Amino acid sequence: MLAKRIIPCLDVKDGQTVKGTNFVDLRQAGDPVELGKAYSEMGADELVYLDITASHEGRKTFTELVGRVAANINIPFTVGGGINELKDVERMLSAGADKVSINSAALRRPELVDEIASRFGSQVCVVAIDAKFMEGTWKCYVNGGRIETERKLFEWAKEVNDRGAGEILFTSMNHDGVKTGYANDALAELADILSIPVIASGGAGTKEHFRDAFIEGKADAALAASVFHFGEIQIPELKLYLKNEGINIRI
Amino acid sequence: MEVAIVKYNAGNIFSVVHALNRLGINPIITDDAEKLSKADKILFPGQGHALTTMTYIREHQLDKIICDLKQPVLGICVGQQLMCRHSEEGDVDCLGIFDVDVKKFDPTRHTDKVPHMGWNSLTHMKGDLYKGMHDDSFVYFVHSYYVPVCNWTVAESEYIQPFSASLQKDNFYATQFHPEKSGFVGEQILKNFLDL
Repeated sequence: MLAKRIIPCLDVKDGQTVKGTNFVDLRQAGDPVELGKAYSEMGADELVYLDITASHEGRKTFTELVGRVAANINIPFTVGGGINELKDVERMLSAGADKVSINSAALRRPELVDEIASRFGSQVCVVAIDAKFMEGTWKCYVNGGRIETERKLFEWAKEVNDRGAGEILFTSMNHDGVKTGYANDALAELADILSIPVIASGGAGTKEHFRDAFIEGKADAALAASVFHFGEIQIPELKLYLKNEGINIRI
Repeated sequence: MEVAIVKYNAGNIFSVVHALNRLGINPIITDDAEKLSKADKILFPGQGHALTTMTYIREHQLDKIICDLKQPVLGICVGQQLMCRHSEEGDVDCLGIFDVDVKKFDPTRHTDKVPHMGWNSLTHMKGDLYKGMHDDSFVYFVHSYYVPVCNWTVAESEYIQPFSASLQKDNFYATQFHPEKSGFVGEQILKNFLDL
């Protein structure tokens, strides 16, 4: 049986890992390659590296980093941030990434999803969606959660599913950084309407939160950052706990 | 030890190169018949479409070269599928080393998503590749087509139905999963192959 995945996310700026709380107030949390290697040895099932650098120079540093990650790490990893067109995807895949995650670029030009899927295969294309629940609706945001769009979460997720996305990485901006659990209702609805895997993101604070995302939220994978970076939750302990809760987990 | 990777139009061979590098091996990547025949071990990895890769292999006369190899050969992912008789992907005749046909996953429930992507466990493991491994070792898969369980199955996995996670016949070995992305378990399988 396919295992539920635990995915540490590493935000990278100028070659260093950082993590924002509610997308601001960045704190340093180590060397991305060393940290990724440590996570993979602890039992992480996959890694996500997000480039939050804006400059051209920073992009080059990130591509080099992706190459170093590929050389050193023996589990799959996804890269995201600053991927706007096919040639960015190609650059990341040739550097050794297994998948790319696109967000704002897909909302601006949805055909990018079709293009990535037909050129490189659906399994390469992760569509990340940052959404906020307000006045009864989940609205999608772009530019790292800074700009609201008219797109609604469920419609957009269904559209990218149909366009050939391989996975959805859904971050609830209401839950991100506050450590009170994932947005399980919205996750469960995504699982029901989509035919592709959903990665839960935003809100992990305790081991129970992961269990709830898998059971109530029907998520295929759960992503977290600061609880892992600052050692608040240890991956081996978390995985043992989930296994004992009856969830299929790779130990 | 000289290790060669078969050069053809399939993607993602660099993760295999990295995995070999981590084991202290610096492989050559070649489609040259003589270089391939002289190598101690051959890897035939790849991601890609069965029809486009098989067409390329025929056009470059790699089909005969691969089938004639006498040293241990390891096909990975599409590599395993191309070593079979026929694939539903593009309805193409393949190398025919394993006398079995490659089929597309046919989901029966909403929760069965295709491609089968992620970590799944191995069972019914036998033979040299799986020396020292225990049931429920997890490995990483990404595929939409599968090889049914057959006479040459040396490891099974289950998704929608049981299927061949790995095949072996004489000097030809194959895995549907990616040992190069399968953590310590994958590393052990690669080591076992290099130790053959």
